[in-house]
Amino acid sequence: MTEPAKKRSFKDLLLKSDAALSVVVVLLGFLCGTILILCVGRNPVGMYKAILQVLTGYNIDRHQWYVRYVGEWLAQSMPFILCGLSMGFAARVGLFNIGGEGQYVVGLTIAQVFALLGPQFSVLQWVVALVLAMLGGALWGGIVGWLKAKYEVSEVVATIMLNYIALYGSRIIMMRIPGTNTYKTLDYPATALLGSSFLQKLTGGSMLNLGFIFVILSVIVYWFVIEKTRLGFGLRATGFNKDASRCSGIPVTKSIVLSMAISGVFAGLAGGIVALGSFKYGRVLSGNDGYGFAGIAVGLVGNSTAFGTMLAGLLFGMLSSAQPLMESNRIPKEITFIIQGLVVIFIAIRAGLRMAITYSMKKNILRETQENE
Amino acid sequence: MDNNAIEMLGITKTFPGVIANDHINLSVRDNEVHALLGENGAGKSTLMSILFGTYDSDEGQIKIHGKEVIIKDPNAATALGIGMVHQHFKLIQNYTVTENIVLGIESTNKFGMLDLRKAEKRVSELSKKYGLMVNPRDKIEDISVGMQQRVEILKTLYRNAEILIFDEPSAVLTPQEIEELMDIIRKLKAEGKTIILITHKLKEIKAVADRCTVLRRGKYIGTVDVADVSEQQMAEMMVGRAINFEIDKSPPRAGNIILSIENISVKNIRGILGVRNLSLDVRSGEIVGVAGIDGNGQSELIYAITGLSTVESGSIKVNGTDITHMTVKERIEAGIGHIPEDRHRYGLILDFSVAENCIIKNYDKSPYSSRFGILDFNVISRHTADLISQYDIRAGEGPSMKACNMSGGNQQKVIIAREIDLSPQVLVVAQPTRGLDVGAIEYIRKRIVNERDKGRAVLLVSFELDEIMNLCDRIAIISKGEIAGIFKAGEVNEKQIGFMMAGSKKVEVFKETVK
Amino acid sequence: MLVSPILITATGGMICERSGIVNIALEGLMVFGAFAAATAHFFFEPVLGPSSVWVALLIGSLVGMLFSCIHAFASISLNADQTVSGTGINLLATGLTIFLSQIFFKQDRTKQFMLGMMPGPGGIYPTAFIALCVILIVWFVLYLRPFGLRLRACGENPQAAASVGINVLKIRYIAVLSSGFLAGLAGSCLVLTTNTQFNSTTVNGHGFIALAVVSFGRWKPLGIAGASLLFGTALAFSIIANDYSILRALPTEVFNIMPYAITLLTLVIFSGKNYAPQATGKIYKKGAS
Repeated sequence: MTEPAKKRSFKDLLLKSDAALSVVVVLLGFLCGTILILCVGRNPVGMYKAILQVLTGYNIDRHQWYVRYVGEWLAQSMPFILCGLSMGFAARVGLFNIGGEGQYVVGLTIAQVFALLGPQFSVLQWVVALVLAMLGGALWGGIVGWLKAKYEVSEVVATIMLNYIALYGSRIIMMRIPGTNTYKTLDYPATALLGSSFLQKLTGGSMLNLGFIFVILSVIVYWFVIEKTRLGFGLRATGFNKDASRCSGIPVTKSIVLSMAISGVFAGLAGGIVALGSFKYGRVLSGNDGYGFAGIAVGLVGNSTAFGTMLAGLLFGMLSSAQPLMESNRIPKEITFIIQGLVVIFIAIRAGLRMAITYSMKKNILRETQENE
Repeated sequence: MDNNAIEMLGITKTFPGVIANDHINLSVRDNEVHALLGENGAGKSTLMSILFGTYDSDEGQIKIHGKEVIIKDPNAATALGIGMVHQHFKLIQNYTVTENIVLGIESTNKFGMLDLRKAEKRVSELSKKYGLMVNPRDKIEDISVGMQQRVEILKTLYRNAEILIFDEPSAVLTPQEIEELMDIIRKLKAEGKTIILITHKLKEIKAVADRCTVLRRGKYIGTVDVADVSEQQMAEMMVGRAINFEIDKSPPRAGNIILSIENISVKNIRGILGVRNLSLDVRSGEIVGVAGIDGNGQSELIYAITGLSTVESGSIKVNGTDITHMTVKERIEAGIGHIPEDRHRYGLILDFSVAENCIIKNYDKSPYSSRFGILDFNVISRHTADLISQYDIRAGEGPSMKACNMSGGNQQKVIIAREIDLSPQVLVVAQPTRGLDVGAIEYIRKRIVNERDKGRAVLLVSFELDEIMNLCDRIAIISKGEIAGIFKAGEVNEKQIGFMMAGSKKVEVFKETVK
Repeated sequence: MLVSPILITATGGMICERSGIVNIALEGLMVFGAFAAATAHFFFEPVLGPSSVWVALLIGSLVGMLFSCIHAFASISLNADQTVSGTGINLLATGLTIFLSQIFFKQDRTKQFMLGMMPGPGGIYPTAFIALCVILIVWFVLYLRPFGLRLRACGENPQAAASVGINVLKIRYIAVLSSGFLAGLAGSCLVLTTNTQFNSTTVNGHGFIALAVVSFGRWKPLGIAGASLLFGTALAFSIIANDYSILRALPTEVFNIMPYAITLLTLVIFSGKNYAPQATGKIYKKGAS
């Protein structure tokens, strides 16, 4: 009876492993996206060609390798990974941080301001800018944590409000800087840029920059803090059961604020890296960049683990950097947002999928026992 | 014998991992009071939930008055004349008595609007007929627990129930209210109703029941005529072996005062004083019990001692050190141990492993944590394995087993192991044996006496009077946030305690009982 | 003009939360509704003239209800985390509407229609009357009809409701779908009165403001009406501020921030969780006690 046994073990895997479920969910999202493209009369192969080119640099139609695309892929993955870590860190502590967008904007704004107005000294200027960006993100996240811990204000609504406040606030601040018109500032001094000629040569002129070091560090720090330190232990405890944690002497209010602040650090860093790595001048934002929201999906798919989030971030980075290629294959770039949304919904019904699997497993067992009688 | 109101034949129900009901047969005669006796987890509630339509049985059939029926939901049960008075009341707190009773079978006037006046009239009539005094316009959150139970009963009578199921009705009542409940049950029987009483309280079965069916671990054990058996015999059927109700304990050797509570007042979650001007002392080597009905300030007292609530006035000292305004962590370090009443909510983190739960109060100290804040999982694991063998904790997967996968009794053992391992000066224990089977209960009570013999000061808060009277050296009775009296064990009997729990003053009580 | 959509959405949110389901997706549902209405009106206007506005409203409402099915199914039947599934719909809304715009109109916004909804006598838009009707009908059903009594019971104590034979799942489905209908209606009203096309900034957080309104209004119709007035005015401020020279000196962004800042402030000041229906947001398992 090897047939049913094999089926059962696959379903078992889905039940026990969150990672396997994430993979299935992503594939489902892509499937739906493909069907949607077909429905509107476009050729979905165009989407997959674009993806291939981005991952490997190989253009199928022209039979040529363009390393630049791989570099772009990695470069664009950075903010996704970081915003995913932001969401994931909060989730480990039981909080739903959808304020990544606002924390990102705050980090971005502070980095821009410091780059333009701060003292110019080589190497350190961009390092300091990034650190300040992280602190800004921490502040913006910490406020939410404090409101939640002290006043029981839902972090869902509070973060959304702060997102808008950050966006408009950023505009006000940027426009006050001398030399700024309605959408951009003067160019940054060279000491503030994240670009590196070494990396650029390696990847054929892509935007991959030194921010990448920070990203790798972030992933490692994330994993270490949560799994190995007593801080992470206390935070995890608070996230699972506030009451028992309080009873055991763990300072719950402080933990919540700290978690949201750390969560904000990652998002703020993302903002700083995009500001100084992808652009040569400051921007007056007219709308959200969207990394914060995408980070929600990344965190969910990555199941709030360090490694999973990194993979998920790379996935989304791939989708994003494939957009211009998709456009040239006549696929509207919004397909990526749609896939993101579907992925989030599917993850939400993860519990439901498990129920469905358990139910069908039960029926199989019942049927088998009836056959054996 | 065909005057059976109910026959349940071969009922089987399984949940993942456990057979709750294993081919159970039950017959209840018309117009009798039939008790369903068993320990926690024996399957009594499940069986009745099947009768009431909340669950579907996997196998078996049900006959009402000789006719086979299928009860697929509570509506079907109600249509058959079956009503259930739940243990955890199914009442909407901010609705009125009438709204709660009428919910689901509301009547409307000619404009299609709710007609509550007609309902109020019927409620008043029923309440007078059966002696269940309630005010139809009161909100549930404003009335006493005893009155809420009467609303639950009226819900069934309003729907013309002929068969009433009572699920552990006395769990939340004072001894006096329990008397009143027994009267109500007798009256209902006189009016022709058939009653099933789910309980584990042998005294009540003796008081009102005609016959009693005993369940053990999901299996049917037997049915007896209550008049023909003793409480001891019923207890043995329930547990499967001879049990000793009394605990062997040597007389107390109380030493110095360790815990000193002076005139404290504490607010509850609604902002009103739950405890006012309360004073209590506990010495080393003694167990002081706090007896009272749930909701009279016990929680606020415990929160005040452990640091979960702020003390508005007064002071608490441990060994002379004033801990009144210390944080929870500081109090743990000052020697306060706490076995909380809700083990799932306050005692354990269910998603954590046994090991993680064991170190939850001292994970930031060495050897579990290095100077830089890094946890040493090897040390933690070894320590936990130690505790597991010392305290006979059944954790199939060892220290890394998730707490949520363990049985209630073993979860409680983990909490006890952890607390005792910290060598507290004062051990505050709340409802330690709630929801556990007899074996676990015996073990835990022995451990508590053990700690007292080691010289700890133990404060035991419990709603089970037997537990208090059996274990404690001194008994304090709490009522409406104040101490009504403190006595040595043996100075008061259950009746006197009952009066004081309900609010009578010490003087009156003793005058009463002397008469 | 801005008050009505918020009031309508908030009413939907109130129904939903009173039955025990948190509906974060109101924003996304408004977006779907606005897009559908704008598109429908664009196509029908040449054919039906001014009355196509009403057709558009209906279509927008139905589309909102359609997408709320996803949230309903996920949270009620599959016991999903309500916050996550709600956020998923919001993300989906942003993406899908622009995507379809690209397909239909080859741009990232709908094509402009000629005439939206015109104000009636006294400068009041018909949407105000719609909003008023909505809240009155809902108040009637919620407090004076048996269905309302049962719905509110589901939000306070679903086990108690189930014990008297009420079908909690069915009532919650009705509540979520109603809120989807109303959110779609609100989004349609919004796009037809404030703009001549739908783009990514049409709804801009109004759905979340409606959530705050529900909380601030303490889940009661009267409170919500008052709160909507307050927040709608704050939103409108940024537009009317241009008429007052003193205020013109401040950058427009200050007025943009105000409604969100006020929302946040009120959430803090009125952080009374005691007013919320007891069982909102909690997963309901049948047969559990």
